Amino acid sequence: MATTVLEPTQTAAYAKRSVLVEWLTTVDHKRVGILYGASAFVFFLIGGLEAEVIRLQLMKPDNHLVSPEFYNQLFTMHGTTMIFLAVMPISAMFFNFFVPLLIGARDVAFPRLNAMSLWVFILGGLFLNFSFILGAAPNGGWFGYAPLSSRQFAPGVNMDFWMLGLQILGIASLAAGVNFFTTILNMRAPGMTLMRMPMFVWSVLVTQVLVLLSFPVITVALILLTADRTFGSSFFSFSAAGGGSGGGDPMLWQHLFWVFGHPEVYILILPAFGIVSEILPVFSRKPLFGYSAMVFSMAFIAFLGFGVWSHHMFATGMGPLADSFFSLMTMLIAIPTGVKIFNWIGTLWGGSLQFRTPLYFALGFIAMFIMGGLSGVMHAVQPADLQQTDTYFVVAHFHYVLFGGSIFSLTAGAYYWWPKMFGKMLDEGLGKLHFWLMLIGFNLTFFPMHFSGLLGMPRRIYTYPKGLGFDGYNMASTIGALILAVSFMVFLYNVIRTWRSGEHAPADPWGGATLEWSIPSPPQEWNFAVEPMVTEKDALWAMKRAAGVRILPEPARVSGKGIHLPSPSWWPLFTAIGLLIFMTGIMLKRPWAFPFGPVSMAGFAIAAFSIFKWSYEPVDHPTSHQAH
Amino acid sequence: MRHSRVPRWWFAPLGLLCTLAIVLLAGCSGPYPQSTLEPRGDFAEMVDSVFMKTVYLATVVFILVEGALLWAVFKFRGKPGDPDPHQIHGSTVVEIVWTIIPAVVLAIVAVPTVETIFSTAKVPTTSTDGQPPMKVEVIGHQWFWEFRYPELGITTANELHVPVNRTIDLRMKSNDVIHSFWVPQFAGKRDVFPNRETRLWFTAKVTGEFPGACAEFCGTEHGRMDFYLMVDSAPAFQAWVDRRHADSTMQFNGMPMHPVVAAAGQAPPPVDTLVAEGQKLFQSKGCSSCHSISSMHVLTVIGPNLSGIGSRKMIAAGWLPNTDANLRDWIEHTQKLKPDVLMKLPMPVSDAEVTALIAYLRTMR
Amino acid sequence: MTAAVLDHDSAPAHEEHHTSLPVNSRKLAIWTFIGSECLFFASLITTFVIYRDSHAKGPGPKDVFGVPLVTSGTAVLLFSSFFVVMALNGAQQGNRKKLLTWLSLTVLCGMFFVGMQVYEFTHFVHEGMGYTTNLFASSFFTLTGFHGTHVAIGTLWLGTLLKDAYKGRIPPSKALNLEIAALYWHFVDVVWIIIFPVVYLMSLGR
Repeated sequence: MATTVLEPTQTAAYAKRSVLVEWLTTVDHKRVGILYGASAFVFFLIGGLEAEVIRLQLMKPDNHLVSPEFYNQLFTMHGTTMIFLAVMPISAMFFNFFVPLLIGARDVAFPRLNAMSLWVFILGGLFLNFSFILGAAPNGGWFGYAPLSSRQFAPGVNMDFWMLGLQILGIASLAAGVNFFTTILNMRAPGMTLMRMPMFVWSVLVTQVLVLLSFPVITVALILLTADRTFGSSFFSFSAAGGGSGGGDPMLWQHLFWVFGHPEVYILILPAFGIVSEILPVFSRKPLFGYSAMVFSMAFIAFLGFGVWSHHMFATGMGPLADSFFSLMTMLIAIPTGVKIFNWIGTLWGGSLQFRTPLYFALGFIAMFIMGGLSGVMHAVQPADLQQTDTYFVVAHFHYVLFGGSIFSLTAGAYYWWPKMFGKMLDEGLGKLHFWLMLIGFNLTFFPMHFSGLLGMPRRIYTYPKGLGFDGYNMASTIGALILAVSFMVFLYNVIRTWRSGEHAPADPWGGATLEWSIPSPPQEWNFAVEPMVTEKDALWAMKRAAGVRILPEPARVSGKGIHLPSPSWWPLFTAIGLLIFMTGIMLKRPWAFPFGPVSMAGFAIAAFSIFKWSYEPVDHPTSHQAH
Repeated sequence: MRHSRVPRWWFAPLGLLCTLAIVLLAGCSGPYPQSTLEPRGDFAEMVDSVFMKTVYLATVVFILVEGALLWAVFKFRGKPGDPDPHQIHGSTVVEIVWTIIPAVVLAIVAVPTVETIFSTAKVPTTSTDGQPPMKVEVIGHQWFWEFRYPELGITTANELHVPVNRTIDLRMKSNDVIHSFWVPQFAGKRDVFPNRETRLWFTAKVTGEFPGACAEFCGTEHGRMDFYLMVDSAPAFQAWVDRRHADSTMQFNGMPMHPVVAAAGQAPPPVDTLVAEGQKLFQSKGCSSCHSISSMHVLTVIGPNLSGIGSRKMIAAGWLPNTDANLRDWIEHTQKLKPDVLMKLPMPVSDAEVTALIAYLRTMR
Repeated sequence: MTAAVLDHDSAPAHEEHHTSLPVNSRKLAIWTFIGSECLFFASLITTFVIYRDSHAKGPGPKDVFGVPLVTSGTAVLLFSSFFVVMALNGAQQGNRKKLLTWLSLTVLCGMFFVGMQVYEFTHFVHEGMGYTTNLFASSFFTLTGFHGTHVAIGTLWLGTLLKDAYKGRIPPSKALNLEIAALYWHFVDVVWIIIFPVVYLMSLGR
């Protein structure tokens, strides 16, 4: 490792930038990652608050805590927020911070594009939540079925916020998809072939393929819905009473949505799979069992994931052939999923398990995901699904896979990677308390829902009558939800306490197998002073074996003089602002909206100008930004 | 560096047992009239049969896999100073075995699945009682259910009467957005659409009163779009049909009348003045502009058909028990009870007027 | 999205970054984007195919389609793909005259195509086929409108490159900038090669 300390050179202008400007113009993948994570966590808390109010309303029958209209806004925003503003961007935090580190690179392929994705996401999330201030939050459910989402049945601006908000967020995801796909394929350290990549990197690669192929479909669906709501077409409206020609088919919305929507749930879970595949080997002190099988099963899941979408439509009367096809395909996807679960157990088997907080959450993930997967297989049986779909049974299923799965794993990732990101160790005792509260709270909240669903409780109802037997289960769920809230307070307390006075983290607190643990905690701006050479998978373990040590010597912080880094830029932020204004313009009342009124034109102009300036801006200004 | 504290081995099983106990105790709240686990009709029984097969298999898989996980967690716990375990990378044989076993298990599930898909897709040609299936049209509205019996010329709402042991052939549509018709003890649910007909069928095996619900989010009052399935014995069903047919023969000023009055076209004998006043108010207050009080050959105007409203079990779409107090509350404070429904009284009604209206409605049995 | 890939002013040294695959990252990115856009157009084409016969009210394809005009636009677009290849060739060889000539022709073709579409759309509206007249119209205008927008964006992009070429800013070492735009242009052409028969030719018999 280089250890000579040299004088940094900086222009006066660069040195004078304020902290705010630094963060607004950053193109450093690590800072972009932290901004993703911080924003996503705030949105996660908002989504959690929405859930708590839902649970308080459902605590007892015939309750009047909130109005039916507000309740419908709560569950719509809870779903939309958790999927698009929490799980995806928290995953993005890990993609951003760690993919370059795991592959031994200095940054992503397109740092400014990366920053643009970030700002588009943040502005999109603010846009979506701004609707609450107007008392008009989206209220059509997170999958916005037509014709309930049409202007005729949803005359307010609620669904305009939903439709345009998702469109904005989709652009962020697509841009990131191109970015990470290119980064992983093209920026790996010498010697890191695809089959030597860490599993998390594989999971990100496959996830980006899913994003790139599924998001365009919802983009089109949202364009058609925008046409219906803003320009008066009838793509999804059968009735002409809404002002259009009529004759549209609501089923078209469902097909387009779920062709996106099913891959989307794999987008939500695959990174979680990747994180668990990173954590288990480190804390079992042995390699991941069946690396190739894990890679191929993940690819197979992604591929099959495009062939099961109509299992969300089993109650729509598609006919026995279609029902059978989608039942069978859905069962098929359980096989590679099971293979992964067995390989994780195989990793633990025969290991020397080190019980630290990341391992707790990773184990919790496996246990909960098994349950979610089994209820998923029950859903795959179409006739049985006719009883289960649209009830609390499916609510239980998807919370077991999304919370028990994704959230547990992302939490594991947070504890695992916190030292690397922030240079401090989160408290172990508080971490374990968090785990037990979360495990118990989670199961108490969602396990009863299997029962209330099978006993006949539909989903998305703002209240239920006495006498149907739902009361006790709902009370149990509400208590569980409150315990979950406490568990997150514990985490928050841990974060704040660590921030103030946490134990400083070494480069490699866990005995890691991958390259990020070879550099200081937190990393210096350029990540690696010297580009790593990779000869096998679990690259860092290989280096340690070669050196005959369990932990390498603590790496020194060095001057990065001479390392060219991409320069900060305003244009990603301005492009995002232009996009937001353009989309906002679409929802303003006619004649502003049609064909594209002054507000949209202004937004377009800002975005186009920013893109133009961006494309002529050099990637790095030789004198303006040197590493220091 | 902190030392890792191995958790007590009984933490996990105890925590989960407690949770399970709470959950099961929570379930001790009595009868489950809307339960999918107590099928009382053939469609629901076929579904329950394949579902329970899946549950048994899933339970076995659960015990085995979670068990393996828990076993690994406790058997292989280590401490920081322990030597490195054997660095195994995988095993092709093991991969093949644990790919094939799930495939076999799923094949076992797949066969009855496809069988049940096909058997539930076809409406049986004869019912258990020997009669051909009875067609019933279901139309979902925001937020009530309209039921029509094309072979009997009857229209009604929110209460579906069927004879026991007769196969009911449901032809379903929506008047507006997507809803879903679900009466769990008899059949799975089926969505209803504005632009196409969907089909469902069931044969009730027992008589009784069974709640159903809308099971596709359909707007503000999706949570209050319930209905009741009344499975009648053959004679009771016929009596209900006769009462509905009688609706059309009771005419005075074009409005069905108190059943005491028999012949059409003739001047009625003296009737209860309160009832007569209620009948006048039903028109003058605008109720008849949205609701039809007769079940015969009528199209639903805007609101639910009110034929037989006097004897229905529930009002406001399967929700409020049909007592005088609730009926009064519903007429006087509709928007407070069920915000956003279309029923906003054209003109205000006094308490006395409501009393008359209720008296009139009570005669519609 | 396009900006990061446009990147006109990167110093040559940074183009020589080691890449894991034997392809420049920006080129890989545009291919990836193109792959994604295939699904975008597939969804729009599917929607059109579903609604192509929904013209109970208002004009249908037989009433309004002017196949000769559109065929000429198709030919122009096809030739323009050839022209841009020639332009790229000129750039790679350092032949300024070749580059400018063929690139200008490409841009002109793009302008012609967009002009043809604008003319076609206005003509349809005058014939009583507005965006919301019937579902055939809505899906037709949405599909071809988005394609036309892509052509317009491509034309603008090539136009800025033409300006750069005129100023001598596309030496052989920077030919990649044009190559990336050309790839996008070829994609837009290929999409039209699918739209033209599916939308226009297959409507002839309906």
